Amino acid sequence: MPLLEVNDLHTYFYTRDGVVRAVDGVTFELAAGETLGLVGESGCGKTVTALSLMRLIPQPPGKITEGQIIFDGQDVLKMDDDEVRGIRGNNVAMIFQDPMTSLNPVLTISRQVSEALELHLKMDRSEARKRTVELLDLVGIPSAKKRLDDYPHQFSGGMRQRVMIAMALSCNPKLILADEPTTALDVTIQAQILDLLKNLAREFRTAFILITHDLGVVAGMTQRIHVMYAGRIVEKADTGELFANPKHPYTWGLLRSIPRLDEQRKQRLVPIEGLPPDLIAPPPGCKFEPRCAYRRDVCREKEPPLERVPNAKPDHEARCWGTQEGGWLVDVDWHSEIGDVRVLEEIKQEVASVPAEAAHAAAADANPGARKEGS
Amino acid sequence: MAVAFEKVRSTATAESGKNILTVNGLTMHFPLTQGIIFQRQVGAVRAVDGIDFFVQKGETLGLVGESGCGKSTTGRAILQLYKPTAGSVKFEGTELTTLGGEQMRRMRRKMQMIFQDPYASLNPRMTVGNIIGEPLEVHHLASGRAKTERVQELLKVVGLNPYFTNRYPHEFSGGQRQRIGVARALAVEPEFIVADEPISALDVSIQAQIINLLEELQEKFQLTYLFIAHDLSVVRHISDRVAVMYLGKIVEVADRQELYEKPLHPYTQALLSAVPIPDPAIESKRKRIILTGDVPSPVNPPSGCRFHTRCWKAQEICSEVDPEFIEHSPRHWAACHFPG
Repeated sequence: MPLLEVNDLHTYFYTRDGVVRAVDGVTFELAAGETLGLVGESGCGKTVTALSLMRLIPQPPGKITEGQIIFDGQDVLKMDDDEVRGIRGNNVAMIFQDPMTSLNPVLTISRQVSEALELHLKMDRSEARKRTVELLDLVGIPSAKKRLDDYPHQFSGGMRQRVMIAMALSCNPKLILADEPTTALDVTIQAQILDLLKNLAREFRTAFILITHDLGVVAGMTQRIHVMYAGRIVEKADTGELFANPKHPYTWGLLRSIPRLDEQRKQRLVPIEGLPPDLIAPPPGCKFEPRCAYRRDVCREKEPPLERVPNAKPDHEARCWGTQEGGWLVDVDWHSEIGDVRVLEEIKQEVASVPAEAAHAAAADANPGARKEGS
Repeated sequence: MAVAFEKVRSTATAESGKNILTVNGLTMHFPLTQGIIFQRQVGAVRAVDGIDFFVQKGETLGLVGESGCGKSTTGRAILQLYKPTAGSVKFEGTELTTLGGEQMRRMRRKMQMIFQDPYASLNPRMTVGNIIGEPLEVHHLASGRAKTERVQELLKVVGLNPYFTNRYPHEFSGGQRQRIGVARALAVEPEFIVADEPISALDVSIQAQIINLLEELQEKFQLTYLFIAHDLSVVRHISDRVAVMYLGKIVEVADRQELYEKPLHPYTQALLSAVPIPDPAIESKRKRIILTGDVPSPVNPPSGCRFHTRCWKAQEICSEVDPEFIEHSPRHWAACHFPG
């Protein structure tokens, strides 16, 4: 039995401008001790997925409208608030992106770390304090005992993220959700934190979901990767397989558009043309179709399912008409064939033309002009 | 220190025909004061502390370092957006630090800046046409109809629809806004552009669009860039030469291939090894140099070599003597007692 099972999760936000479909049918599972990377750009729904797992979606405007989240045999969405609180911070812990804002500035470090210990493990003050020192030592905070009564502002960014990790580990969770844990940090500090997370996960056999936009970070950290786009998972594969044999045009685009430190000679980057999708009015067919240089008519009409792909490992799935059995992209070499040049030009024109939010205004502008010409 | 200065100066003069910008001993200290009525200075944030480098015409010099190392301050001090505490900045032979307001304004036609945050660097109450047209008016380059036409031309150059002139910044996405920022910088036909983290606020898939745009524009208009960034992969991609900064000092400068293949300074080596590579096969084999500790405060930097507190090669001399910035091989400078 998997530790975590997410079935057809839908999380929507009801805003003045319309319904934002932030997560729109996400299904995946995670075994105990497994490490999973959720990769995608901002707005693709990766953070909302994580927050939904912990039932931390602000409501209203947000709402989990459909789906099932089974953690350790229990349906999280059917729990009452007390039951959820019993899991949160206990069996499932979270590390947030910004260590500057996710610690309470007016409480000492020891109060914040020992809170979960007292609440979930029913330790008394002095026990909790002792355990806090051990935890801070574990995450590599020098002279932890002396720093117990310091406040967050007395720590640097990297040290604060270590405190966050200590808090996450405090109740021996079965699952850690790490949401961009190193994005706010410098490269050398990022290396320290990733190294720490990796060692701890190995030592405690904790499953973790690492959420990031940086393909480099997940490459060295996780066993499996799910790539998200516009609230959906568009590709699932083993980490090695995903980088060696990616199948979705969006994944190709991501891999081609980032400069690599080991790049041999100066070559032009191939960006993903076009703009990120509008989640209030997503395209009817494949969500990536408006930016895809390999698109065909079918892509606009019908959304492809997430399905096994040919010439790949059995658990490799992609959501693309082209790379599925009999599709036109099955044998494409994504390194050299960057798609139809004409289509690329079309997409570039779209960037140059009307901005998404102004589409309505532009339509309103255009009409009177047209009328004038007609008369 | 003196020797290091001479070194730079000798190369600078040898190739002075090509140098568009020469920076010598540039220092920027921000005073820390105490007291309300009688303020007295109790110290200084030594953001930039005596750096020397040059930029040649048509090249891109990448300036990398971690946050707080003084790279943005360097960019701003070069454009005289801050008044440098000491040192000289020569642009095409003209000393900028002693120029008066009006003269400096005239110089700014030749040097422009692209900012990091496309959300904060465009006035939300101005239309795109006014944003891009403002420098044209300030420098008396065009007005009226000619201005409108020039703005439309600039929008086309940066890949936007020329009929956007009456729209406001909030109608655009981050990538499109950054294109507007680029168009504004290009309006006065500058020769030199300081790009301060121009892509770090953008999404991964959009970053490449802006990098390509900057490269295309460089070819088209023979621009010279000082490209400031913290991402070493991006800097490697776009730069001809790279300068690495640590705590207000430049610790190493070299041609890009040389720097990434044979880094001399331990800090450069650690930085390079810390950058994750999107390839699990390579990632599993790489040996990482994990630096311990954090960057010290620029208010009270360590004695001697500033990196010695985190350096695994450090010996006694490192905490006592500040290493000189020496040319170890042609066009490859580094400041370290034990380079290599």
